[in-house]
Amino acid sequence: MKYLIKLTAILLGSVFVYTSCIDDLDTEPIDPDETTASAVFDEPGAYKAFLAKMYAGLAVSGQQGPAGMPDISGIDEGFSQYLRAYWEHQVLTTEEAIIGWDDQTIKDFHRQEWGSSDNFIAAMYYRIYYQITLANEFLRATTEDKLDERGESDQTKAEVAQYRNEARFLRALSYWHALDLFGGGVPFVTEDDPIGSFMPSPINKQNLFEFIESELLAIEDDITAVGANEYGRADQGAVWTLLAKLYLNAEVYINQDKYTECVTYSKKVIDEGPYTLEDNYEHLFLADNDHLQEVIFSINFDGIETRTYGGTTFIISAALGGDIPPAEFGLGGGWAGTRTTKALVNKFDANDGRALFYDESYGQALEINDESDFQQGYAVGKFKNVTSTGAPGSDVTYPDTDFPMFRLADVYLMYAEAVLRGGSGGTVGQSVIYINYLRQRAYGDASGDINSGDLTLDFILDERARELYWECHRRTDLIRYDRLTGGDYVWPWKGDIPEGTATDDKYNLFPLPAADVNANTNLDQNPDY
Amino acid sequence: MEILKTNTLRFLLMVGLLTITSAMFAQKTVSGVVEDEESNTLPGVNVTIKGTTEGTITDSKGQYSIQVPGNDAVLVFSFVGYMKEEIPVGDRTKIDVALFPDIESLSEIVVIGYGVTKKEDATGSVQAIDSRDFNVGAITAPQDLLTGKVAGVQITSNSGAPGEGSTIRIRGGSSLSASNDPLIVVDGVPLAGGGISGSRNPLNAINPNDIETFTILKDASATAIYGSRASNGVILITTKKSEVGSELKVNYNGKLNVYSSNKRVDVLGADEFRSLIEERHPTHVDMLGNASTDWQDEIYQNAMGTEHNVSIAGAYKMLPFRASVGYSNNDGILKTDNNERFSGSLNLNPSFLDDHLKININAKASVTNNTFADRGAIGAAIQHDPTQPVNWDTTFTGIPILGETDWGGYYARLQSNGQPVQLATANPVALLEQRDDKSTVNNFIGNAKIDYKFHFLPELRANLNLGYDYSKGEGDVYVPQNAAFAYNSGHGGGTDNTYTQIKKNELLDFYLNYVKEISAIDSKIDAMAGYSYQYFLDDSYGVNSNVANDSSETTYPDNPKELVLLSFYGRLNYTLANKYLLTFTLRNDQTSRFSPDTRSGMFPSIALGWKIHEESFLSNVDALSQLKLRLGWGVTGQQDIGPDWYVYMPRYTYSLPGASYLFGNTYYQTIRPSGYDENIKWEETTTYNAAIDYGFLNDRITGSVDIYLRKTKDLLNYIPVPAGSNLTNYINTNVGDLENKGVEFSINAKPISTPDMVWDVGLNVTYNENKITKLTLSDDPDYLGVPTGGISGGVGSNIQIHSVGQPFSSFFVYEQIYDDNGDPIPGAFVDQNGDGQITESDKVHKENPTPDVSLGINTGFSYKNWYFSFSGRANFGNYVYYNAESVNGTYQRLYRPEGPYLSNVTTGVYDSEFENAYYMSDYYLRNASFFRMDNISLSYKFNNIANQGINLTVTGTVNNAFVITKYDGIDPEISGGIDNNFYPRPTAYVLGVNVNF
Repeated sequence: MKYLIKLTAILLGSVFVYTSCIDDLDTEPIDPDETTASAVFDEPGAYKAFLAKMYAGLAVSGQQGPAGMPDISGIDEGFSQYLRAYWEHQVLTTEEAIIGWDDQTIKDFHRQEWGSSDNFIAAMYYRIYYQITLANEFLRATTEDKLDERGESDQTKAEVAQYRNEARFLRALSYWHALDLFGGGVPFVTEDDPIGSFMPSPINKQNLFEFIESELLAIEDDITAVGANEYGRADQGAVWTLLAKLYLNAEVYINQDKYTECVTYSKKVIDEGPYTLEDNYEHLFLADNDHLQEVIFSINFDGIETRTYGGTTFIISAALGGDIPPAEFGLGGGWAGTRTTKALVNKFDANDGRALFYDESYGQALEINDESDFQQGYAVGKFKNVTSTGAPGSDVTYPDTDFPMFRLADVYLMYAEAVLRGGSGGTVGQSVIYINYLRQRAYGDASGDINSGDLTLDFILDERARELYWECHRRTDLIRYDRLTGGDYVWPWKGDIPEGTATDDKYNLFPLPAADVNANTNLDQNPDY
Repeated sequence: MEILKTNTLRFLLMVGLLTITSAMFAQKTVSGVVEDEESNTLPGVNVTIKGTTEGTITDSKGQYSIQVPGNDAVLVFSFVGYMKEEIPVGDRTKIDVALFPDIESLSEIVVIGYGVTKKEDATGSVQAIDSRDFNVGAITAPQDLLTGKVAGVQITSNSGAPGEGSTIRIRGGSSLSASNDPLIVVDGVPLAGGGISGSRNPLNAINPNDIETFTILKDASATAIYGSRASNGVILITTKKSEVGSELKVNYNGKLNVYSSNKRVDVLGADEFRSLIEERHPTHVDMLGNASTDWQDEIYQNAMGTEHNVSIAGAYKMLPFRASVGYSNNDGILKTDNNERFSGSLNLNPSFLDDHLKININAKASVTNNTFADRGAIGAAIQHDPTQPVNWDTTFTGIPILGETDWGGYYARLQSNGQPVQLATANPVALLEQRDDKSTVNNFIGNAKIDYKFHFLPELRANLNLGYDYSKGEGDVYVPQNAAFAYNSGHGGGTDNTYTQIKKNELLDFYLNYVKEISAIDSKIDAMAGYSYQYFLDDSYGVNSNVANDSSETTYPDNPKELVLLSFYGRLNYTLANKYLLTFTLRNDQTSRFSPDTRSGMFPSIALGWKIHEESFLSNVDALSQLKLRLGWGVTGQQDIGPDWYVYMPRYTYSLPGASYLFGNTYYQTIRPSGYDENIKWEETTTYNAAIDYGFLNDRITGSVDIYLRKTKDLLNYIPVPAGSNLTNYINTNVGDLENKGVEFSINAKPISTPDMVWDVGLNVTYNENKITKLTLSDDPDYLGVPTGGISGGVGSNIQIHSVGQPFSSFFVYEQIYDDNGDPIPGAFVDQNGDGQITESDKVHKENPTPDVSLGINTGFSYKNWYFSFSGRANFGNYVYYNAESVNGTYQRLYRPEGPYLSNVTTGVYDSEFENAYYMSDYYLRNASFFRMDNISLSYKFNNIANQGINLTVTGTVNNAFVITKYDGIDPEISGGIDNNFYPRPTAYVLGVNVNF
């Protein structure tokens, strides 16, 4: 009898233990750096921190600098950074640069020989979609209803409304990159789509163009006025500049003439914005190039606070090596990868101050016979981690140098080109004046000035190279002139031949990554890939 | 007449009395001592008079005393685990007996999940290895006791460092992204997987000397009782215990180890290097030095180690106990490498209430101090310019030196401004001597097991096991500011890191067990039902900083995480006529890792056994002592999908320093929503197993043959999800199938077995092949697969791939084209698809790092007090990618423009004549089949020294005596198949002393 009682007691005890322990299965994160989706917006400043992540997505590769807690996987974290990937797609594929490393398929860029399993192309693609889904998530989490649910104040609501405009700008920017790099057959998702396992449907060029345009037009008057926002954040000026770019390339994207609209928006930037050209061209690309009057929108880096192995760390370090003293770049050492071809070098006159090259006097040969030899091809000393007074940046590995994505000089050139292509609202005379502003800055005096007879489309293409080289514009420009692929314009190592040769037209677009075409059966691969 | 009758009567009476008396006087007492083959006394031995039921038992001193009817009586001595002895009494009154172990019945009782069984009744694939069969020699890490002993178990040490961990694979791996490690259970406490910061090997917390048995559960019918953690097999470790009534035994075990290795990568000497630079880079000869340094010789040394273990076992009244302390200290052959461990254990197992209540308390604690040598020195030693000296010498007075420092006296390549060239090869000796990387790992594993046999129902038993496992690893890394390889002109350089990791695991396990023999139907039932609750906590934090501790410091704050596993399990064993066996198990596991909708998993198994040798039709076949057929089927799970324990939940993560963004003039911390899959669930592996256990000649020859097929579905794989559908591009989700199949064969024989001479031999052979059968949701034939197997050479290059229809981690390479002399043509690869270009589509799947066949052989021979043994292992069909050669075997390595600096090349460059690097060529893919002699050992035993009952054994052992292989790299046995600056495994010469008091 005694034993039966004991047995019952044990069994009852186990039942209590059982019921209390079953609840233990519902664990919640106890790490102070992690919160659940329901609790995160209880913190003040959470909305701005989320906004900061959307901008930081262009600069860093994860939640830890320079590496660690990456945003996307399957590729080295440095390789996967947005600006670095964008630079490789926009600059390495043109006459502006060549790279000597053996990392996977990186040489395929300057050879124009890439395929659909290229990891760098996949990184760019996934980065673009990372930005897009981030923006979508922000918009989903900050609807009027959600803000009311959380009982936010009117002041917070007003701030968040501005953040939403900026999120839409950043999403439009990434969709424009998608349209420009991958064409119209890319997957399309907005804040109306869920998170989970489903296969997004592809869009087409026309609809994607119209989406980007409509988004920008929708926020144009609501977003912070031109020049009025904090440094680093998008404003009306950024929206106008992106619209101008979209319209300038409309013939490439959707076969429509939108040059008038391009002129309209270029004028808005030039006339209504507080932007003025920087006196010294070099200062635009140095360690203290933040808060400059010429820059409309930039991606910002800092040696201590915003560290990455991509971004300007890549742009500056890859360009340094051989006999170039690292101290001139403000770094401890370089990665010896990127140089330029003679096709770019030969565009410059002797007195053009924008020709920032390291030549034979530093052991760099002009001709490139071996792609892998850093000392073949002039090195480029445009981006550096020293300040305008010559002092080094705050860190010898991670530069302070910001990257000017949109600047006034670009808008002057867009205005001129749109006018020449038949856009109304501007004049050739005004175009010449703007171009000469750039030339006077470059030459230090009027010796490089042009007249209206010199202003041809070919001249503008070359001038864009001289003014904007290595700033991620070249590939788009060459495509607009139909000179990226094909045999009309060849440069060293195009097509994997030292003298350069014609390449297939399919290379005007990058392939959708094989991994995504495989994962999403709704997508069709770009032609001939 | 009357007188004659009386006299006859009296005479008869006298004769009768005499007869009776003499008979009475013939009955006598016989006594003596019973000992085992090691001359230890044996209590509890049954001493019976043959043909009767009379008998006695030897006492705690092994002594007995028994009345025998006469000189023709025969005494029978029997004891579990020992061969029976029958001894005629004759005219002796003192008979001492020695009993010898019975080979088969030593493993008669095996530990299985939640209980024990007799080996002959086991229906699953269970193999027990006890301390007699362990590997000998310099063994710091427990898993090394088992290497090569068990069919189907591959144990590959990760390097030659002291106390290094190993990769353990049972029947191949069954996962891709999830862990492939088996579950390890110590005295009933399942250990949390993974290691701890600062530890070389999580198992090092257990002193190998304290281990009694390893039991390996291989097929699902044996492992399914561990359900969600059992897909990769289970290793049960039982530590040494004492018995009631034992007398006090004291044991000392000491070892002296000497390690050495002459394995080197063949690189150019200083003169050869000098002439090559003069020939190819004449403008850079000013970068050469005047010295002649063999950098690999500078970093390696002959090393020593020592080990001491003392244990006391006995019984104090009703409390048997065993206590031990141990100390080991081993240096590595890479200079400054060291592993030191203090360990202690206590084991109590009293029993009360007439053996109805048994309590077993185990506690093991250890403190391990590690000094980690920087293994970067291995690669640096291969690459460093051999014309430079280790330390600055007088020929360098001309070089400007920055400030006051001479970089600790170590040579470093400097720029003209005196600063070190950042990307130049570091001075390997400086890396070892200037870097101070130490850790201390404290570990405690304890459990209390209470086993109660109900008084009113003795067939019912309740068992409660409470376990606690705690580890704390702390370490720091310090590099001074004057170390050239850690120099930073902006912030002063150097390194000052600290890190801490704490892991805790609490267990509550309760089961009821009912065993009943039902003679009416000639059956036996063994039923068990139980509940298990386990809680895990893992927390780590640290600071990475330079010496100046300034703003470039990064703090990794606390990031604790919790995991809860809860299960219900049951097992039914049914035996009919002691010939037909059936086992059925079912386990329900719930984990906090998955969402409430997917967190529960059911894992059943069924096994059948047929003891064929008990059948009447085989009873006349005397030579066949054992023949058992085993069939098993079971489903096990896997939920150890990596470091994220909350993967199904949407969460936000704050950014750490260095990833903030500037708005205006303020840097803002960011928050990021993480990708998640709310539908994530268990990986399931189904195993089919068929086996025969056999024994011949009264179990002089025993062994088994197993055939198995394992299929994993819902493989947890880190795969790309459709862009735009989730908050990141790769998610851990269930997609994919994998298959493993193979055959295991083992045989153990005792060709000679006499009291003076014993010879036994064992052989095990395993054949295993695996194949991925599904990788992604859709089956696109153009999809190449998931690249894996990172190598040096370019950043992010992968040499292996997981592809459908291929073994996992198959090498994925270009096929090299050779000229008529058999030399490779640089850059010439087979254009597989004939499109005129060499692209990713021209890569082929070729071989993989896992061996097709592996083999273990061991033998021991004893003659009187001598004992000689050796044990060796072979792998066939494993391939290795010789990364050190693909990086350093090209002429372009000589001058490096990213420094600039000069770098050495391997002599392989004369064979390939490659100017540039071709990392993806199959020229570097080599067959690494090998035979390794793991240990050769000779010992001699001194019995009963000075008549004090002290036994002393002296042993000499050579570990890793030799390797036979065609592979020309440092070592053909590399887990993962990529040879990249491998830390050589030394040969160890060990002198051991074992004393029993």
